[in-house]
Amino acid sequence: MVTNITNLGRSGLSDWLLQRVSAVVLALYTLFIVGFLLLSPGLDFAAWSGLFSQTWMRIFSLLAFISLAAHAWVGLWTVTTDYLKPTGIRVAAQLIIILAIFVFLVWGIIVLWGA
Amino acid sequence: MSKLQVSLYRYNPETDSAPYMQEFQVDTQGRDLMVLDVLHLAKEQDNGLAYRRSCREGVCGSDGMNMNGKNGLACITPLSEVVKGNKLTLRPLPGLPVIRDLVVDMGLFYQQYERIQPYLQNDEPAPAIERLQSPEERDKLDGLYECILCACCSTACPSFWWNPDKFVGPAGLLQSYRFLADSRDMATSERLAELEDPFSVFRCRGIMNCVAVCPKGLNPTRAIGKIREMLLANAT
Repeated sequence: MVTNITNLGRSGLSDWLLQRVSAVVLALYTLFIVGFLLLSPGLDFAAWSGLFSQTWMRIFSLLAFISLAAHAWVGLWTVTTDYLKPTGIRVAAQLIIILAIFVFLVWGIIVLWGA
Repeated sequence: MSKLQVSLYRYNPETDSAPYMQEFQVDTQGRDLMVLDVLHLAKEQDNGLAYRRSCREGVCGSDGMNMNGKNGLACITPLSEVVKGNKLTLRPLPGLPVIRDLVVDMGLFYQQYERIQPYLQNDEPAPAIERLQSPEERDKLDGLYECILCACCSTACPSFWWNPDKFVGPAGLLQSYRFLADSRDMATSERLAELEDPFSVFRCRGIMNCVAVCPKGLNPTRAIGKIREMLLANAT
């Protein structure tokens, strides 16, 4: 058993499952957005804003943002443990990544509900 | 018939400041020799050359090395399988410390093997004759027990290169699953508890280098997938 405290789920199994579930959510969200763009020629601000004013779209987007945050945390945490060997640099990089993910998530929520 | 160009990795830490490649011309007399035979011929030219070998028939797992970029056992790899353009380059297994020439320090590899407790654990009183298995239970061990611990797979795995102290590696995980799958082993939950952290099993990215190089044709990636399934079934 190898101990870790900066990975998202504190367990390799939960990180692994989260990574897969979040990937499915992100794939569905991407397909939806691409499909919406393809099926809306001459898209204007009103239609785009109208889409995001609906509650279900906000919830779907929030789910996608949370999935992106979790996915990025698990993935980048893995990258840092592979390639950053000095502990100080690794922990600093992990904290910066986690803080950035937090900021982007809050920012996304403000954008979704701020309009 | 031109001679085979053989490029050998040489390093003697007592006399060399850095490893270097030494060129040999080996006369194969047109025969499709095994790579190990070529090493013997090169050693006749320079008997300071160091490499491990023992059974010379793919059973002992001593002569794992990197041949023209791919890990394998020198004794069962014919030249026709690896040589391109009459040139053969031999290097030690990647990722492990070199002791001398083609001999690597297998300490980290064995440490991971030891960690998975590669022995049957059963606290029940032993029956008078033996612990029986059904033919179906025995079938589950096929493709698992044949591993000879040559380290070709683990030293072909980037996840093992970056974290050899934490990631068990394909060889160790294949053996781990060999005991997880054994109907006579009673330590399944303890074994699984040892493996659920982000490194031991889950550092595997499924690139299947292990499957590509295994000289015994085994499939560690499949065993790792089975361990993941057992962990998931156990924890959800």
